[in-house]
Amino acid sequence: MLKQFADYLTFTLIGLQPGSHLGEALDFFIYDTIKIFLLLTTIIFVVAIIRSSFPPERTKRILSHNREYVGNVMAALLGIVTPFCSCSAVPLFIGFVESGVPLGVTFSFLISSPMVNEVALIMLWGMFGWKIALIYIGTGLLVAIVAGIVIGRLKMEKHVQDYVWEMQVGQQEIEELTFRDKLVYARDYTRDLLKKIWPYVVIGVGLGAFIHGYVPQDFLARWAGRDNPFAVPIAVALGVPLYSNAAGVIPIVSALTQKGMAIGTVLAFMMAVTALSLPEAIILSNVLKRRLLVTFFGIVAAAIVAVGYLFNIIL
Amino acid sequence: MKLEVLGTGCAKCKSLLENVKKAVELSGKEAEISKVEDIPSIMKYGVMSTPALVKDGKVLFSGKLATPEEIAGML
Repeated sequence: MLKQFADYLTFTLIGLQPGSHLGEALDFFIYDTIKIFLLLTTIIFVVAIIRSSFPPERTKRILSHNREYVGNVMAALLGIVTPFCSCSAVPLFIGFVESGVPLGVTFSFLISSPMVNEVALIMLWGMFGWKIALIYIGTGLLVAIVAGIVIGRLKMEKHVQDYVWEMQVGQQEIEELTFRDKLVYARDYTRDLLKKIWPYVVIGVGLGAFIHGYVPQDFLARWAGRDNPFAVPIAVALGVPLYSNAAGVIPIVSALTQKGMAIGTVLAFMMAVTALSLPEAIILSNVLKRRLLVTFFGIVAAAIVAVGYLFNIIL
Repeated sequence: MKLEVLGTGCAKCKSLLENVKKAVELSGKEAEISKVEDIPSIMKYGVMSTPALVKDGKVLFSGKLATPEEIAGML
């Protein structure tokens, strides 16, 4: 139905030629923008209602009862529903380790929370279909679980900044929200998030539409296709400085896959954009000594590169 | 009454400080407002998501940007 509306607008009302560069680009832009915003509004709202039941304080309590393995799995799963903003990464980290959540389990949470979230999920679903979205969630969780277990095994507690262990942490009572409060929370959350990401979505879809309409077919197959072994690590390296633009990056990479970029490379790029960010590294350096910070980035990057290669082989 | 805005310096924390100032004006009460930015003091209140608002040593809310009207209602 949306497709017909976009076609009608572009080719009948505006009168562009089907098959022309401008016509195809505009058709793609109208269709994708409407689709993405409809998906974003509904799904963010639903996820926000679930989120309102999992404030970080409750997540911390659940995780402090779990040890390795089970704890890592739980942490990665809770990472999906616990609200997280990289500006809160420091108090969150301290609150977790101080209440006895093992270091590796804390990392599983810190990796999964920004990477496996509803915005990435919706964008992938809208632009690539639900199969790729599910694969992204599954492998994202796996990366968070495995990287957390490895970091836990390395016994790097002494590479946490010393003051973290000496800190006095108070207990905060959390009130149970009524259903009405949850709806208000979800409404405000959806509004704030949409306000923050809409320019990225519009610019991303716009650039994606341009690529769709103007870049020749198979343009990227030679450089970013599955035959180039360097494509995955390069994509991961490019993803690190692109943090807050996750919403805008997916429409672009979606258009790039149509021009021959391999899907494993795309998934790896997506994960690097969301999980490995320069601003987060700077924030985390407040609580982690350099060695642990570098180890954390190294392990996550390696896991993401492995995911990229795996899907370039099997998909 | 003593009001403390807890936050490590993100955009939302600054907006909360503004909203708290407006809320105090709205309510017409006397209040001493301060901003707490160092991590140990924030953690003492057990707050894990910033920004948060503390009134006379008690956490009113954390992890959200409340409007001046909402805050005025809590004072």
